[in-house]
Amino acid sequence: MKILVPVKRVIDYNVKPRVKADGSGVDLANVKMSMNPFDEIAVEEALKLKEAGKAEEVVAVSIGPAKAQETLRTALAMGADRAILVETDDAVEPLAVAKILKAVAEEEEPGIVMLGKQAIDDDSNQTGQMLAALMDRPQGTFASKVEIEGDSVSVTREVDGGLETVKLTLPAIITTDLRLNEPRYATLPNIMKAKKKPLDTKTPADYGVDTAARLTTTNVSEPPVRQAGEIVEDVDALVAKLKSMGVA
Amino acid sequence: MTALVIAEPHGDTLADATLSAVTAATKLDDEVHIFVAGSQGAADAAARIAGVSKVLHADGDAYAHMLAENVAPLIVSLMDGYDAVLAPATTTGKNVLPRVAAKLDVMQVSDIISVEGPKTFTRPIYAGNAIATVESSDPKLVITVRTTAFDKAEAEGGSASIEAVSGEGAAGISEFVKLDAVESERPELTSASVVVSGGRALKDAETFEQYITPLADKLGAAIGASRAAVDAGYVPNDYQVGQTGKIVAPEVYIAVGISGAIQHLAGMKDSKVIIAINKDPDAPIFQVADLGLVADLYNAVPELTEKL
Ligand SMILES: Cc1cc2nc3c(=O)[nH]c(=O)nc-3n(C[C@H](O)[C@H](O)[C@H](O)COP(=O)(O)OP(=O)(O)OC[C@H]3O[C@@H](n4cnc5c(N)ncnc54)[C@H](O)[C@@H]3O)c2cc1C
Repeated sequence: MKILVPVKRVIDYNVKPRVKADGSGVDLANVKMSMNPFDEIAVEEALKLKEAGKAEEVVAVSIGPAKAQETLRTALAMGADRAILVETDDAVEPLAVAKILKAVAEEEEPGIVMLGKQAIDDDSNQTGQMLAALMDRPQGTFASKVEIEGDSVSVTREVDGGLETVKLTLPAIITTDLRLNEPRYATLPNIMKAKKKPLDTKTPADYGVDTAARLTTTNVSEPPVRQAGEIVEDVDALVAKLKSMGVA
Repeated sequence: MTALVIAEPHGDTLADATLSAVTAATKLDDEVHIFVAGSQGAADAAARIAGVSKVLHADGDAYAHMLAENVAPLIVSLMDGYDAVLAPATTTGKNVLPRVAAKLDVMQVSDIISVEGPKTFTRPIYAGNAIATVESSDPKLVITVRTTAFDKAEAEGGSASIEAVSGEGAAGISEFVKLDAVESERPELTSASVVVSGGRALKDAETFEQYITPLADKLGAAIGASRAAVDAGYVPNDYQVGQTGKIVAPEVYIAVGISGAIQHLAGMKDSKVIIAINKDPDAPIFQVADLGLVADLYNAVPELTEKL
């Protein structure tokens, strides 16, 4: 079985995003960019399945600018076998990403497409579900445990009420949550090796997908800023404040 | 025009999140219908929500657990009569609705916090560090609703008709196995008026229980946690507050031994009053706290619990 892992280049999670003064978006110039953390978890899970003999090949794919190559190299350095960059400078929305991934998946025929549950830039949490819909495949979203059992996969999902387990017929789409695993770091020798691994470049047009945006962002603004309040002296002062607010 | 709200069934009733989605729907359309997959009790509860004129009830095993593979095609088949479909941005809504959107060839608008016009919404991006105003050009709207941003519709007072709907049933590609739910007498985290959350500083599950639970009991509060506390196994996953956990906006949020990473703030900074207890005066949590106490929680929390 092959596993396809889509990865996205996003602002590093340690960087505090700054809104541009003209309201056109978030300033990404000279900002550290990294692989979306949930996608790292997806790469790790795919590699683990390969190491456990449940999968033969891990293919990373990214839809984005030429620089997304770096993100793919990171996936290759972690251990993915080869990579595909679907290059575009447009901001591609989740629906169009799902259409491109569907086309890639039709060529690659993976048993599992393993995606992050959300990207930490647009926070949409849609792409995996949309891909599953377009391919009429089952979806195991927000996974904290993945177990392959013959021609099905058991997925434990982090849901609002606790942990839900579903059983899906393969091929399936899985989206990862934080506690699925701890992604490995790429070691220096593996980073060197990754430079020689195959990386194919395509365009959305190669897959016949129209990436025109359906949503127009008319403004991006700062959220209302909370003012820091007061530091109270001790517990008694805190209790007094709480009582005056009617909390206790 | 009419909007369809996807209810979040909770046994024989509905989760409160449904009521916030109804309010968002009434800002879009004159008429609001509601889709309920689940028990008769849940459908009856939906019929009593003020402002809802019709309940579409899908009964039967295939729809009992809101499996996206089974429910999404049914919702899609109902969409001829609607110009918008909305679900609360709960794990259920987030799981099912993008599947509906893709089948309708619509780009979903996720996690809206306001309705600005017939097709214009605001939504947080970058962990709430920016607010985007977006306008949809799609013929139909598919929307998930951040429940803390919309008042709850009245749960009583309506008398909608209930109509049975059915579809293909089970798609045969997925199966519900089990739900490991953490039963609790406490108020539900996302709708509680007071939340006490603990972080990595609580050391382990026993310590968390020993220090956080009595304080929460005293205040009738729900209990939350940071990701670090959940990862370390102090509390179950559904306690996590944050960008990628639950979004809460209680009257009072008490953060104990939580540093205030942006991913955590994303889930609680719309709380009315934020109180932080942390021994590090430079912890970022103090930048958003209305009341801060710089202290060792192991002394401060028991004392606070006793004096309240
Ligand atoms: C993709 C991604 C998603 C994430 N999503 C979330 C999310 O949804 N929610 C979330 O919370 N985090 C999330 N995180 C993690 C986040 O970045 C932080 O790592 C996490 O919030 C830290 O938790 P903490 O504040 O409990 O721990 P720490 O940052 O370690 O803070 C512990 C605090 O306790 C204080 N302390 C220690 N001992 C005492 C004592 N005796 N008395 C008083 N104070 C004490 C310390 O001063 C410190 O400020 C995410 C991270 C990533 C990468």
